[in-house]
Amino acid sequence: MSTKQLESLQQVVIRFAGDSGDGMQITGTQFSNTTAIVGNDLATFPDFPAEIRAPAGTLPGVSGFQVHFAAGEIFTPGDTPDVLVAMNPAALKVNLQDMPPNSILVIDTDAFSDRDLKKAEYESNPLEDGSVDGFRTFAIPLTTLTEKALREFDDQTIKAKRRCKNFYSLGMMYWLFSRPLETSEEWIEAKWGGKLPAVRDMNMTALKAGYAYCEAAEEFQARYEVAPAPSEPGTYRAIMGNDAVALGLVAASVRSKLPIFYGSYPITPASQVLHALSKYKNFGVMTFQAEDEIAAIGSAIGAAFGGQLAVTGSSGPGIALKGEAMGLALMVELPMVIINVQRAGPSTGMPTKTEQSDLMQAFYGRNGDGPLPIIAAQSPADCFNAAFEAAHIALKYMVPVLLLTDGYIANGAEPWKLPDSLEDLPEIPVNFRTDTEGFHAYARNDSTLAREWVRPGTPGLEHRVGGLEKDSLTGNVSYDPANHQRMTELRAEKVARIVNDIPDLVPYGEDKGKVLVIGWGGTYGSIHSAVKRCQADGLSVSQIHLRNLNPFPANLGELIGNFDHVLIPELNAGQLSVLIRAKFLCDAKGLNKVEGQPFKTREIMDSIRELHDA
Amino acid sequence: MTTETQIPDYKKKDFESDQQVRWCPGCGDYAILSNVQNVFADLGVKKEDLVMISGIGCAARFPYYMDTYGFHSIHGRAPAIATGLKIARPELHVWVVGGDGDMLSIGGNHLLHACRRNIDINILCINNEIYGLTKGQYSPTSKVGTRKASTPMGSIDRPINPIALALGAEATFVARSVDRFGPHLKATLNGASQHNGSSFVEIMQNCVIFNDATFDNVTGRSEDGPNRPVNTVELRHGEALVFGRENELGLRLTGLELEVVKIGEDGVTEADLLVYDRHNGAMAYMIATMDPNRFPTPIGVFYQAAEEPSYSDHVHAQIDASVEQKGEGDLMALLRSGDVWTVD
Repeated sequence: MSTKQLESLQQVVIRFAGDSGDGMQITGTQFSNTTAIVGNDLATFPDFPAEIRAPAGTLPGVSGFQVHFAAGEIFTPGDTPDVLVAMNPAALKVNLQDMPPNSILVIDTDAFSDRDLKKAEYESNPLEDGSVDGFRTFAIPLTTLTEKALREFDDQTIKAKRRCKNFYSLGMMYWLFSRPLETSEEWIEAKWGGKLPAVRDMNMTALKAGYAYCEAAEEFQARYEVAPAPSEPGTYRAIMGNDAVALGLVAASVRSKLPIFYGSYPITPASQVLHALSKYKNFGVMTFQAEDEIAAIGSAIGAAFGGQLAVTGSSGPGIALKGEAMGLALMVELPMVIINVQRAGPSTGMPTKTEQSDLMQAFYGRNGDGPLPIIAAQSPADCFNAAFEAAHIALKYMVPVLLLTDGYIANGAEPWKLPDSLEDLPEIPVNFRTDTEGFHAYARNDSTLAREWVRPGTPGLEHRVGGLEKDSLTGNVSYDPANHQRMTELRAEKVARIVNDIPDLVPYGEDKGKVLVIGWGGTYGSIHSAVKRCQADGLSVSQIHLRNLNPFPANLGELIGNFDHVLIPELNAGQLSVLIRAKFLCDAKGLNKVEGQPFKTREIMDSIRELHDA
Repeated sequence: MTTETQIPDYKKKDFESDQQVRWCPGCGDYAILSNVQNVFADLGVKKEDLVMISGIGCAARFPYYMDTYGFHSIHGRAPAIATGLKIARPELHVWVVGGDGDMLSIGGNHLLHACRRNIDINILCINNEIYGLTKGQYSPTSKVGTRKASTPMGSIDRPINPIALALGAEATFVARSVDRFGPHLKATLNGASQHNGSSFVEIMQNCVIFNDATFDNVTGRSEDGPNRPVNTVELRHGEALVFGRENELGLRLTGLELEVVKIGEDGVTEADLLVYDRHNGAMAYMIATMDPNRFPTPIGVFYQAAEEPSYSDHVHAQIDASVEQKGEGDLMALLRSGDVWTVD
């Protein structure tokens, strides 16, 4: 029986790091899923290279997965890890700089041959030259231990056995942080049980062996527990942003009774939305992997014309290609959701790294005066609500809606409290016109300014739409100067009126004070943590986070006026700052970072303090 | 059948919209429009189920003049928009119309993929070998040496052969007709409409302003009469390839070489001539790429694949199969799939 100490911790950050082929994303996801089920609050941050398999053992090939879990509420994957699991020297080298003194390093010493060190560009062995002094280092021959644990699998190759070392390390972490093995055992069974029972058995054995090793080994004197976070009663699951977008769209489909048509071209980091939706065919979902980005939105426009809930999704470079077609969609006033899972740009940029630098593209990335509604999701689970809302606005106002997420929330995970019943989601009424009396293709609803939607196949309402300017009533081609002025204004006014459906902002904190921090999108968690801590330190600071970027909520200007300073942290060179400064003529300060990484809470706290004490 | 589902007795005028047609006087598009309206009246399809989708260009104004559902979209993208509509609404009859620049240049990629996916749409590629709406630049089908606004020393691009392209892209119905050959055009359009799958029809058309008379060798006449019988060969499935004013000429295949022969000369009889098989893609390609300087221009149906399910048939079969396997989607069950936990 164990005589080891059990320490309670409030929160822990673990970073799993290894080669792209070491299975670190699976290990991290497994640890997160188990942790979610245990009832901790959590946030994850997968950070991996764009190359599928960069040369093994090299610095560019390092793939990481950070998970932050706690006995209370948390909002970010954590600034600094408490534990680093490094499967090779490259993983140690890339990540050691982020580790605070006295933090835990778990290192596979089998991967530290001279050749491995050379590939990681180490002059000397960091395990011997003092590099890891000051850390609680567990130097363990993980590969050898895994091979030994799998001795009985005579007919399996060494290579196949070594591939199980990620589950061995996972087992160790489960012991160290007092997690049950069941969730991962079930996952292993489901993944390999049917087709590859030997692989199942080896991974199962490795998982248990890693757990047992820590139980027995003397160097592990203490283990830790993190109590479940108190949360609202309800049913929860862990969710990643891209999956939540897909589910939000399906929910909108169910509540509008319109089948989804999703036209998309594969692109990092948006492809998972296509993958997820392609599995929901029994909801009538049609997914179409188009020949290019333009065909992806083109097909969605065709489906919208046909009366479907049309959606296209991409990332920045793909959205650039869709620009002309977005103009067509807004000109013909058909509903559609256009998803941009943002990544670091410009051009190809850094496909697997996060950024928020497509806001101006969303606002102005088309020819002509053509504003579109823009909404942004703030966290992985919030992608569900944001996608639902985007579809709702599109269908109500007959307008293409831009939904902005980013690579950070698309691939990150957090617990999500599921809606209790279908009725928790508003119904989205859709009325196709069938009445032939007095029909005009561009006649509008008085309050929303939406035109009516007519499905082809409806007798007597045959009409034509297109990208040429339309007469404001009949929809026939018109070059009349006054009509173009009127239509340009109508299209803008229609978007502006969406403000009637946007609730007023309620600041986190006082609604007057010294510093107002305004954020949007995936930076919510970092900003919230920073504001919370600054408030606890007695600073006069409040937070508002914009879900709706166009139009802005009605009371935004008033709130801005209530504070001495406005701080706008963004993962771009200052795009919302420009918009806010121009619209509200206020001297907003930007905190801008484009390193392909999310904000650290500390960075935002420092900026708040600086402005607060200015 | 109840009376409601019966197809009304349409006339051509039922397909004329209230919009004034604004092509140049003498444009070949007028004849094509008129023939399409005639064909639509006799298709046996309710007019609310007909949709015309176009891109940009002179020919792309077509939908405005048809009293059907229509979509005048953006340059080159009509096949993509039609693809989405046809997948979403397979019961509709979707027609795509555009010119050689729209379809073969800026929209080449979409054309290729609409063809190879076997989307059940009818694509009318109105080819006048010139850019009209942008005022007369050479197009991807212009002959080498075309001297126009952007090519004062003559174009140096090798032209695309639209039929060869469609065959290469594996459209399942590939045909060619001519703006001036009314009955032939109507029959060709009817054939395309009947076909379940991707139908590509090239229509040779005269641009009276920027490229007048470019197809005169086919549509014009000489002292001996119209050029058509001499300079075109009509492809008729199961029949020998003959042409000439008295049907005295034919095409003979020796090995892999085609030649023009005269029946009755050197012992040639009709039995020596190549009998056309529209289901033979290799033969179609050979006929489509004959040297225009030595051979007549082939018109008619080059190729038709054996009947098979179209793309949208497959899409909806997968949806039906998924519903059968998993049952109709249940949102609350879907949200609760995977690892969930409950907090009391």
